[in-house]
Amino acid sequence: MRLHGIKIPHKKNTAGIAPVELPIPSRVRIPMSMHIGRTSKVIVKKGDTVKVGQLIGQAEGFVSSDIHSSVSGTVEKIDEMITAGGDRVPCVSIVSDGRQEMYEGIKPPAVDDFDSFVKAVRQSGAVGLGGAGFPSFVKLGVDDLSRIDAVVINAAECEPYITSDTRTMIDKGGYVFKGIEAIKKYMGIRHFIIGIENNKREAISVMQELAGKTDGVGVRVLPSLYPQGSEKVLVYNTMKRIIPKGGLPLDIGVIVTNVTTLAFIAEYLEKGIPLVSKCLTVDGSAVKEPKNVIAPIGMSISDLIEAAGGLKNEPAKVMYGGPMMGITVPSMDEPVLKNTNAVIFMDSREAAPPKTTPCISCGACADHCPLRLDPRAIARAYKTDDGEELEKLCVDLCMECGCCAFVCPAHRPLVQTNKLGKLRLREYHDELKAQKEKEQKERETKAEKEKKTAQKGEVSHE
Amino acid sequence: MSKLISSVSPHFFTHRTTRTIMIDVIIALMPALTASAVIFGWRSLLIVGVCAASCVISEFLFEKLCKRENTAGDLSAVVTGMLLAFNLPVTIPVWQAVFGSIVAIIVVKQLFGGIGQNFANPAITARIVLMTAFSGTMTHWTAPVLPHDAVSSATPLAAAAKGIKESMPPYLELFLGNHSGCLGETCALALIIGGAYLLIRRVISWHTPVAFIGTVALMSLFCGRDVLYQVMSGGLLLGALFMATDYSTTPHTKWGKIIFGIGCGLLTVLIRFWGNLPEGVSFSILLMNILTPYITKLTRVKPLSGGVKA
Ligand code: SF4
Ligand code: SF4
Repeated sequence: MRLHGIKIPHKKNTAGIAPVELPIPSRVRIPMSMHIGRTSKVIVKKGDTVKVGQLIGQAEGFVSSDIHSSVSGTVEKIDEMITAGGDRVPCVSIVSDGRQEMYEGIKPPAVDDFDSFVKAVRQSGAVGLGGAGFPSFVKLGVDDLSRIDAVVINAAECEPYITSDTRTMIDKGGYVFKGIEAIKKYMGIRHFIIGIENNKREAISVMQELAGKTDGVGVRVLPSLYPQGSEKVLVYNTMKRIIPKGGLPLDIGVIVTNVTTLAFIAEYLEKGIPLVSKCLTVDGSAVKEPKNVIAPIGMSISDLIEAAGGLKNEPAKVMYGGPMMGITVPSMDEPVLKNTNAVIFMDSREAAPPKTTPCISCGACADHCPLRLDPRAIARAYKTDDGEELEKLCVDLCMECGCCAFVCPAHRPLVQTNKLGKLRLREYHDELKAQKEKEQKERETKAEKEKKTAQKGEVSHE
Repeated sequence: MSKLISSVSPHFFTHRTTRTIMIDVIIALMPALTASAVIFGWRSLLIVGVCAASCVISEFLFEKLCKRENTAGDLSAVVTGMLLAFNLPVTIPVWQAVFGSIVAIIVVKQLFGGIGQNFANPAITARIVLMTAFSGTMTHWTAPVLPHDAVSSATPLAAAAKGIKESMPPYLELFLGNHSGCLGETCALALIIGGAYLLIRRVISWHTPVAFIGTVALMSLFCGRDVLYQVMSGGLLLGALFMATDYSTTPHTKWGKIIFGIGCGLLTVLIRFWGNLPEGVSFSILLMNILTPYITKLTRVKPLSGGVKA
């Protein structure tokens, strides 16, 4: 069985250019939530002096992440900002002193077993850098290592424009393999597959050369068929295993990690510098000089684009990530986040929304969904408010990859409908639960009443 | 700076629209249109023009009246008009052609909710309505204006059904369409070129036409009929390539399409060989249109919800 996908423009304009380090901006704003999970706790206060790599936000709860200062300078204020997900989170603003002094405590972590490895990953502040932002120490800190038999390294990079993972493989290929060695050593996993789309010749040859010198690493060259790099599709195409609905790769014995995340972890083990800067692609029709840059986390998008050579057209739409799954930003004041792998600036022509027309029932959406969903039927079920049907159609399986919406000739907002459908399904589940509870209660009160009347009957009998 | 657009992903889209799809279908119908003008003369162009125009006007007026969003610009009404005309004899009175177009657009398409919502193929249903109402003019076949070998102006299928050997045109004439019949259905060559174009442009998939035509061919072989003759005559090619591949009235799943095609093929053969009518393509497609929701349900693919380790 082959999974569906779509051919989309690649626009990998920046693949051949080595990233440039940007000058440090005068100010950074670092939100306390750049990951999936609990918001981190601010541990600095206004007026504190901080240095590069110093902890400013501490992980809270089981799924969270440490956050470090990306500049040296003074904490200007601690206020709130609204994340792209719509949550209000604390945000630390730091005025840079321009000296970029390293925090004194920075030294390579002492790692000698699994626990100390996971602890080091936690202290590095690593999250899924492919865009997901899932804390890496949670992913790697598996309870039962015997369940895992393979690590799939996601180097597909299937979104248009983005080439930051490609650059990681070319510029930091050694670290990718040091990361593999670390996982081998501390986690005992022997089998690694690097999945790369076939449009990255240079990266493939670097990876293949290095893989030739390492045991148990296979480089799998995959067709450039979006969404090759989505977890479910990648695991299926490399391992022929299907991640269960609502489950994790872990459930089928696989860990999936982004290639840049792995390289970063390896570099951290060697140098001890936590996640304070990010290589990201700056591209799009409004950008003057598309390129990859290394930017400190917390740098505002307006500072970023200015330092990266500026815009040639007025931007109409700006997003974190690529054009297929990217999240639009409300303003250019938004900061670069840990999991930002690209910032795309579209001019008004590229961003012009297509005209939505009535669905012509062509079936193209269902024909291209990698997960074999039927978005047209989902849209209908959502419109008729049919929770049961939404459940049957597995709307909660949808990974919002956007294939369906891309191919729809009527340009229906299918991803949006699926998102709403998921919410509706959750409500439906809650309703079901509430109903069950109510019935249960009614049954109980009824039973009690009967008991009482029975007792009364006995009494009157006497 | 002006405000930035916020929107849900994706931010890239295909260039294909409903309109471009319809333009592709119109392009695909051009060879057959040209052929019909050559075979039956300029009146065939008149009929096609009248049907297309009355379909577009009906759609426009109806949507105006109902205050619906205007969809005449998507050109689907033009396609419906052309297909209806292709299914009419060239001698049909103009007012009947207009009537048929109105039925197709208003009764069959718009009253069921417009594009994508109707369950029956508008052109086919309108043709059947016309055939029932005006059976005289609808079966008044004229011979092509080009010189040809066939003696009578009976359609090849009618001739074959009656066993009039001498009035059956030879294969080559059949292939080029130089015989009587509905104005757009006679030229097999032109229809095949158009169908190939749609396949290459991925407007249609091969499943339905192959299953439909294949079933008719196999059954003809089975029943001892002339296979090539059955495939190339009547409305089979037009029906299988252009009408049984309509989006909203046929199943979307691969297996659904195959079942649909086989069903159409069996019904066509049933009507042609044992029915009272010489031609069964329209009826078979309409009947299968009615079954489409069930076929779709039956062949629904299971989402990739996974489970155990493979
Ligand atoms: S967005 Fe959801 S429904 Fe659409 S193609 Fe992707 S997984 Fe399928
Ligand atoms: S692709 Fe668009 S027009 Fe076609 S069936 Fe799906 S929603 Fe309808």
